Amino acid sequence: MKFRLYRYSPESGEKPTMQDVELDIEPAGKMLLDALLAIKAQDETLSLRRSCREGVCGSDAVNVNGKNRLACITPLTELQEPIEVRPLPGLPVIRDLIVDMEPFYKQYRSIKPWLINDAPEPEVERLQSPDDRALLDGAYECILCACCTTSCPSFWWNPDTFVGPAGLLQAYRFIADSRDEATAARLDNLEDPYRLYRCRGIMNCVDACPKGLNPTAAIGRIKSLLVKRRV
Amino acid sequence: MKSTAGAHTGTGTWLVQRASAVVLALALPGLALYVLAAFPLDFNGWQALFAPLWLRVLMLLTAAALALHAWVGMRDIFMDYVRSTGLRLALLLAVIVVLAGSVVWLAATLWSPA
Repeated sequence: MKFRLYRYSPESGEKPTMQDVELDIEPAGKMLLDALLAIKAQDETLSLRRSCREGVCGSDAVNVNGKNRLACITPLTELQEPIEVRPLPGLPVIRDLIVDMEPFYKQYRSIKPWLINDAPEPEVERLQSPDDRALLDGAYECILCACCTTSCPSFWWNPDTFVGPAGLLQAYRFIADSRDEATAARLDNLEDPYRLYRCRGIMNCVDACPKGLNPTAAIGRIKSLLVKRRV
Repeated sequence: MKSTAGAHTGTGTWLVQRASAVVLALALPGLALYVLAAFPLDFNGWQALFAPLWLRVLMLLTAAALALHAWVGMRDIFMDYVRSTGLRLALLLAVIVVLAGSVVWLAATLWSPA
């Protein structure tokens, strides 16, 4: 199979290049990550992140033929040759397919991704009704792979000020949680022309999400809550 | 220093953009149909077309909605592309002058004696 890989080595002082690689691999039943690891076995200078190899850890997100995906759950048979693999767009490249995730994590941190509840701790756990629990479906499953945020032009342009789809989906996950008591403060934190309203609803995030989540819908619900609070 | 807290604004402008979009989506096709249905038009036809008060009010409201919609859109463009505060403020003021001027001008035209 034919591959085109993005190669960048910062200490060489040279600009990034695309490297053509020919790999003898039977695509049936294999994922893109298998191919990348086979290429790395031939040429160990190829750098990439991976861990769980089953779409749970979210560390091997790359741009494949123009779309952000997890290499470990992308079947080789689905891809057109030459398979062009690049690092996630919109984040600084450290080496080859490895990007600096800090701008992404910084926005994630800014939404305080933890339960805020100052009430005295109950004897057992904080209980939720099944209905309250159901509100978290479609929000808690995010694995923070950054496929959505790095496919968002609003984030490309304003990475320092726009929270991005992943961060906003997580913000909604805690706003929707019946055990969280900081809803007003969370909405205050998001009500901002840049932090929330840079989202123009183009839904690249929905297209990119390897877990099939819908950040645009969550952003819509945050906006609805802000409107409800205002009118 | 970079603050990560919200500015506590933005919901109003977003609502204005949404609401004005609904007004435009309903009013523009309606107005277009109203005018097209009256073709072919001569001067007296035009005069008769814009004689009803409700139509002039509707046109002015539509133009106001268009101006508000354009204002939010231009503001978003300036927020993305004009990073200097002074220049951005000057451009925002220029847009307000042009848009408000256009709406007032339309009002004057619609209510000018024939």
